[in-house]
Amino acid sequence: MSINSQWLLPEGVEELLPQQAEHLDRLRRRLLDLFRGWGYELVMPPVMEYLETLLVGRGDDLDLKTFKFTDQLNGRLMGARADITPQIARIDAHHLLREYPSRLCYAGIVLHTRADSYGASREPMQVGAELYGHDGVESDVEIVTLMVETLLTTGIESIYVDLGHVGIFRALAEAAGLTHQQETHLFEVMQRKAKPEMQDMFEVWGLTDRWRNIFMSLVDLNGDVGVIEKARQALHDTDDAVIKALDELQQVATDVLQRLPGLQMHFDLAELRGYHYKTGVVYAAFTPGHGGELARGGRYNQVGAQFGRARPATGFSADLKTLIRVSAESLPTVNAILMPYAADPDLLQLVSNLRAEGERVISLLPGQQGTAVHLGCDRKIIKNDRESWVVVSLS
Amino acid sequence: MKNFLTIAVSKGRIYKDTLPLLAQAGIEPLDKDPEASRKLILDTNIPDVKLIIIRTSDVPTFVEYGAADVGIAGKDVLMEYDGDGLYEPLDLNIACCKLMVAGFPNKAGNEQKRRLRVATKYVASTQRYYANLGQQVEIIKLYGSMELAPIVGLADVIVDLVDTGNTLKANGLVPLESIAAISSRLIVNKASMKIKHQRVQALIDRLTKAVEQAPRS
Repeated sequence: MSINSQWLLPEGVEELLPQQAEHLDRLRRRLLDLFRGWGYELVMPPVMEYLETLLVGRGDDLDLKTFKFTDQLNGRLMGARADITPQIARIDAHHLLREYPSRLCYAGIVLHTRADSYGASREPMQVGAELYGHDGVESDVEIVTLMVETLLTTGIESIYVDLGHVGIFRALAEAAGLTHQQETHLFEVMQRKAKPEMQDMFEVWGLTDRWRNIFMSLVDLNGDVGVIEKARQALHDTDDAVIKALDELQQVATDVLQRLPGLQMHFDLAELRGYHYKTGVVYAAFTPGHGGELARGGRYNQVGAQFGRARPATGFSADLKTLIRVSAESLPTVNAILMPYAADPDLLQLVSNLRAEGERVISLLPGQQGTAVHLGCDRKIIKNDRESWVVVSLS
Repeated sequence: MKNFLTIAVSKGRIYKDTLPLLAQAGIEPLDKDPEASRKLILDTNIPDVKLIIIRTSDVPTFVEYGAADVGIAGKDVLMEYDGDGLYEPLDLNIACCKLMVAGFPNKAGNEQKRRLRVATKYVASTQRYYANLGQQVEIIKLYGSMELAPIVGLADVIVDLVDTGNTLKANGLVPLESIAAISSRLIVNKASMKIKHQRVQALIDRLTKAVEQAPRS
């Protein structure tokens, strides 16, 4: 490696320079304050742990996404977390052991062996909120509303929420008598709405015309709220669980709109994000000009079972680094005050007071290069005629 | 380009075959010959619909990233493209051909002691195909003139798109196994499908009709 490349960072790994770092951390604090206001308690799970606990109940793509290494103390395989949600599920199921709802939130770095999407970071800062211990649309409504509030707090104004329900596909797959392998394959193809491939697959499986039409119509069941009505007609004689899921979806939509009037909602019954562990309503948020999801979440009632205690759960998460990139808001310029280097108690008291008021006071180091302007100062502290320290404008 | 509906199309055969379908869906580029004009963004008769002209293998990237709302890409490109970040709702039934294994006739591959060497541009598809057969092969990535590889002994067989088979024949090769039938697909960005739902869905519906009415090739 030549000496010139010693500054080079791995692909998808970045440093946040002062402006971005400040933007990100302000947002992190604002969001955690928002969550606190809603009663969500902050938890800080570890960055690394034994691999098997990290991947519990999630043997899907999370395994490939997780960096692995050996614990030098005992030779066991460890992983760097690629998702914080399972850790929160463990905290609720194994440590808190509450009989009442737990509201937990977090913000922390996760590591991905491969980025989620183009240009995404391999070390996103995941922020999210999870609600345990309540099985019903009301907790889904709370989380969807909080997800939208999160984006509004971020400064993203045009928000589209996409709602789906994994229970519909799951019930249909069971009623149609698909094998586990067929179900997985169909799920994978439906994520791409690849109707031509579905046709070929159904041909090979020898699926009846009735079920072919049902699965094909499921792919087209997306659009505005009218989709739920269309689904009721198209799927009315399939399975009770489907009807129940549609009712839940409608209820969530209605209740969220009461809380966020004018929110743009989209429904997609073939959208099954997190299908391997999600169990109910799933959702994501989009904004024009950004080709991917800004935040995502859903109900996952079974994850806690792996830690000994299945509790109903719903939650959402987002990547702070993506949020600050998409957010239109700019940082306010903070003008600082320049102070001389001196040990006069009056001066030190004044500076201490100014800092306590939230001012930024920077000490001019003797012999340093650059002027007050370079340091971002628009005022300075000087001694006036009457020998007392005062703040004066630089201009 | 937030308020436009952007359609990514690649130059050449796909572009030529796509135009009649788009025309039937009511979209016609104002500039008839992009190859001559060298323009990369084409206006159409509908003011808020634009065509962008890019390399075929770049179409999924543009669409997944949201730089284009929809695109038209060959199944061969999509099979190479990793991930499920796109919708592929419609087979346009144009630019049809086959992804095939080709090589010299009568040269039984199974007599070989060492691993089969396969020259191809389609590395992921080839890997998947042989993995499904349970066969370990050595893949040599080439960017063009695949037919040359078996002739000069660089590879035992090639995996390539076969249309008429004339290029194979001219070089003394024959198609051996068929891997997949290829045609162009309409692909859609996931966010656009949700945010611009009405316009995107209307385009899908009109193209679906156009494909149904098109003469079978």
